[in-house]
Amino acid sequence: MKAAAVLVGIALALALQTTLARFVVGGTAAVDLVLVAVVYVALTTGPVSGMLSGTVAGLIQDALSSGGVIGIGGLAKAIVGFLVGVIGQQFIVTAALPRLVMLVAATAVHAGIFMGLYVALGLRTFPSPWQAMVGQVLGNALVGMIAFAIIEATPGMIERRRAGRRVR
Amino acid sequence: MAVLDIRQRTGWLFFAVIVGHIILISAQVNTRRGVPMLEAVVFGAFAEVQRAATSVVTGVQDSWNNYFALQQIRRENQQLAREVTEMRVALQQERALASQTRLLQQLLDLRGSLSLSLTAGNVTQSTVIGGGPSPAFRTITIDKGSHDGVRQDMAVIAASGVVGRVILPSLRAAKVQLLIDSNAAAGAMVERTRAQGVAIGTGSDRLQMDYVPSSADVKAGDQVVTSGIDGIYPKGLVIGQIESVRGGTGDSRMIVIKPAVDFSSLEAVLVVLTPPAAATDSSRPGVQPGTPSPADAPQVEPSTQTTHDEPPAPEPDESGDER
Repeated sequence: MKAAAVLVGIALALALQTTLARFVVGGTAAVDLVLVAVVYVALTTGPVSGMLSGTVAGLIQDALSSGGVIGIGGLAKAIVGFLVGVIGQQFIVTAALPRLVMLVAATAVHAGIFMGLYVALGLRTFPSPWQAMVGQVLGNALVGMIAFAIIEATPGMIERRRAGRRVR
Repeated sequence: MAVLDIRQRTGWLFFAVIVGHIILISAQVNTRRGVPMLEAVVFGAFAEVQRAATSVVTGVQDSWNNYFALQQIRRENQQLAREVTEMRVALQQERALASQTRLLQQLLDLRGSLSLSLTAGNVTQSTVIGGGPSPAFRTITIDKGSHDGVRQDMAVIAASGVVGRVILPSLRAAKVQLLIDSNAAAGAMVERTRAQGVAIGTGSDRLQMDYVPSSADVKAGDQVVTSGIDGIYPKGLVIGQIESVRGGTGDSRMIVIKPAVDFSSLEAVLVVLTPPAAATDSSRPGVQPGTPSPADAPQVEPSTQTTHDEPPAPEPDESGDER
């Protein structure tokens, strides 16, 4: 059940990512919803689930990306998911600030691995990698915090709505 | 089932995932030389595997060739050993043939060197085919008989000297009485001083020289030859060498002769088909002046007598006694 929910979440993140990407000015996505989903899964379920979800989500994302190397995104997200899962088991990261820190750190690590591998292999060049990294960090942090709040608030809202219907 | 629970092996799972990604990436990325990275890495790694496998196979092959395949070498070795054995046997046969050839050559040389009437027409070569049935009688059997012209009292000689005389010829064989038989005797002469006497068989491997003049100069080491006065043995054939002179001087001294012929290893002999006439000292060729007087020479009866105390008769005994 948990695996199915993870897969559904990753699928939704991929759908939203591909849908929203075209609305981003300049065509450069500053927000990686898939990475946000992976971080959330890792924080809530652990390193293994985070790693596997990162692997699956990254590979799918790589496959859908044109001109990229399949595996680099998957590797980056797998590492991030594993590390976030490990840290999430060691520390209490249920509060907003720790989650923000985790989102920032995860995005930075992901961007470093992703762009670093491409540059190291001589496959791509990034004119302003630090700027892109900062943009992703800010975007993911903002969207992530909102998404985490929505996801965690959704069950309560649904429950309250159901309870209100019963009172009526 | 905790061992199989993947969640309990997070580190290994993480490692596997990372390796999987690296492999996946390597499959798509080319090296600077244009070769796919995965292919290059896999080829490089597999080349080492091939190198190791080749080393193992080569080692096994070398072991096989150097040790197990030696079975073939062993068979070849056994075959060669058999061939060497056969060749050794053949070599021995060849050596025997060569020895026999040398002996025959010596006989031919002897026949050619005799100054008497021993020509190709009056001697015949014969092979010893048997020995005496009893040690008391020193005889041999040769493969030539009356059919080949062999008659009784014919002299039998070898390359090294006198052998004996024919005492019983049959159609294709003949019995020869050896000179060492206790009933045999031959006219003898000391080659150095021409002192004459009679060489008498003793039944052992030595001869005794009797009837030597008391004044004759005889000493050990002198060679004794046939004197030819017995009418059987041609003159000048070697009988042997004086081994010892015992008993002081005069008639009482005992002269022991070591025969020149090794009677135990006779193989081929010559039979003198034409007996020489009993020689007198004046008629003998090669007699040196100043040799002992023929009057002192005893008369030898070739057929021998049972006692040697009396001088033998000058004529051969046609009956040819054999005891």
